[in-house]
Amino acid sequence: MGRTLAEKVWDDHVVRRAEGEPDLLFIDLHLLHEVTSPQAFDGLRKNGRRVRRTDLTIATEDHNTPTLDIDKPIADPVSRTQLETLRKNCAEFGVRLHPLGDVEQGVVHVVGPQLGLTQPGMTVVCGDSHTSTHGAFGALAFGIGTSQVEHVLATQTLPMAPFKTMAVTVNGELPEGVTAKDLILAIIARIGTGGGQGYVIEYRGEAIEKLSMEARMTICNMSIEAGARAGMIAPDETTFAYLEGREHAPKGADWDAAVKYWRTLRTDEGAVFDHEVVIEASELAPFVTWGTNPGQGAPLSASVPDPASFTDPSEKLAAENALKYMGLTAGQPLREIAVDTVFVGSCTNGRIEDLRAAAALLRGRKVADGVRMLVVPGSVRVALQAVEEGLDKVFTEAGAEWRHAGCSMCLGMNPDQLKPGERSASTSNRNFEGRQGKGGRTHLVSPQVAAATAVLGHLASPADLSDVREPAGV
Amino acid sequence: MEAFTTHTGRAVPLRRSNVDTDQIIPAHWLKKVTRDGFEDGLFEAWRKDGEFVLNRPERQGATVLVAGPDFGTGSSREHAVWALQNYGFKAVISSRFADIFRGNSLKNGLLTVVLPQPTVDALWELTEADPTAEVTVDLVARKVTAPGVEADFELDENARWRLLEGLDDISITLRHEEDIAAYEAKRPSFKPQTLPA
Ligand code: SF4
Repeated sequence: MGRTLAEKVWDDHVVRRAEGEPDLLFIDLHLLHEVTSPQAFDGLRKNGRRVRRTDLTIATEDHNTPTLDIDKPIADPVSRTQLETLRKNCAEFGVRLHPLGDVEQGVVHVVGPQLGLTQPGMTVVCGDSHTSTHGAFGALAFGIGTSQVEHVLATQTLPMAPFKTMAVTVNGELPEGVTAKDLILAIIARIGTGGGQGYVIEYRGEAIEKLSMEARMTICNMSIEAGARAGMIAPDETTFAYLEGREHAPKGADWDAAVKYWRTLRTDEGAVFDHEVVIEASELAPFVTWGTNPGQGAPLSASVPDPASFTDPSEKLAAENALKYMGLTAGQPLREIAVDTVFVGSCTNGRIEDLRAAAALLRGRKVADGVRMLVVPGSVRVALQAVEEGLDKVFTEAGAEWRHAGCSMCLGMNPDQLKPGERSASTSNRNFEGRQGKGGRTHLVSPQVAAATAVLGHLASPADLSDVREPAGV
Repeated sequence: MEAFTTHTGRAVPLRRSNVDTDQIIPAHWLKKVTRDGFEDGLFEAWRKDGEFVLNRPERQGATVLVAGPDFGTGSSREHAVWALQNYGFKAVISSRFADIFRGNSLKNGLLTVVLPQPTVDALWELTEADPTAEVTVDLVARKVTAPGVEADFELDENARWRLLEGLDDISITLRHEEDIAAYEAKRPSFKPQTLPA
């Protein structure tokens, strides 16, 4: 019987297999950031251990970093301590670090791929649930907890419980104006936030193959929001083209050997998945969330659902609670929901293509009165590229704020937060209660929907913008 | 990790069910950078109430927590285990634990003991009536004993062996250091490195 992509990558990393024990897997790349690493380093220190493979480890600062005044000392003492601790630990243990102010700094899941460090067939871990992003390259990428971070630092391996496999096949072509973000939100709404539990999801099918690497990262990034252990997409020419020439991509003969191996990383004909889901791309439309988990979403053309329409009692209760928290009423058209904040950024949608897409819609238009729009590039490199293309100007001319790279308003751990009752359209990945600041209300959207929403002041799709131009008619 | 064979101490009866990890250690404590010093955050919200059981003078120095069902639900934060340990707890007894919490606790050497609810009730009654009553958690014999209470408990052999030997995950893996080295020796040269060679 054939093997799936995930099984192939797994098998190639087994260091030790013993009856009745989880497989011990070798880890090819370990990404660190300031939030989940301090206790791991503390543990090493307490036990007199070192980092086994500093050459397979890299750290950056993202969650706590401010996106304004980055040359000034960080005001929040706790954030400052976490950053200082990471710097101290990296220096002490010899780990490569890209701190605030460095040209390679940024959200950890943007930095790895852009350096070419994330490659097909690798095992990638990070103390962060959105490590699933790296699966876009056909890598097996898991978020891990702090004690596992310590384990990987000390041994470069991880004992891992077996997983189940799920295929999500997306047939056909995405309609015009429908993006990877809309697709993954629709997938999560379909399988539920727990639907992926215990599974590694492989996204496949024509619509997936047509996606760019950045769009694939958006898809894999949110696998975790369906409860999956990881998400993957088989590497292909798009993957190789993205990698070729990047700083850490293989060169010369190594490149040829690598590509030869990477081409084998496809699910075999006849391999069996434990579960399969099929989606018709042509049926999809711009998708937004109305509730407080990423599975509570609907096409933008729909209305806020009536909790009574859910047959499952726990879903019904969840919907009731969500509407209360979100300050919405059943039957209200989603398009009529007014926002005061728009956030474009995060490891889901903070890459250059996302900024380009948002800028294309903002060019010659203005952010609506009373709406605050934050554009936060996922990394310094993304920011530099955007500046080179003049995108920063497009944003600031439209009235948006152009910020420094970091996680920013994806989570309330740095100064960029929603105030109680404020409502955002956000390109990030979690709409949990309080995720973007205490009492803040989040609607997850694509960069295109975010830009259209910023212009109109209520949830909107790019198509709604057709007759909104600056008075000058640019 | 400290080995756990048998432990005897006074108990804290916590008559609450569904104690989630946010109640055990509130989120704002997650910004600390060490593994210790979480004791003041343990049950922080409840401890603002002077009558809360942990605040009672007769409970000071107690080392066994007897909790209601579904202890440790919610966020997977390991800090919940550290907070209990930093405070001085060696064992937690409940009729049901959340899986992730239980996994985290056993990994860190905090023994979580599952006993039937009637036995938990008996321990609550006993330790409420007599705060000086001592509870013994014997991992060798897999038995909990206290005046008038005696109950066997289950724990899978692997977890038990690790606790008895005081082995954490890392020390167990490092026993296979040869396997790791052998794997490293055959990794393809095209795999990326973060540092200049
Ligand atoms: S951007 Fe958001 S989801 Fe991504 S790593 Fe940062 S906080 Fe986590």
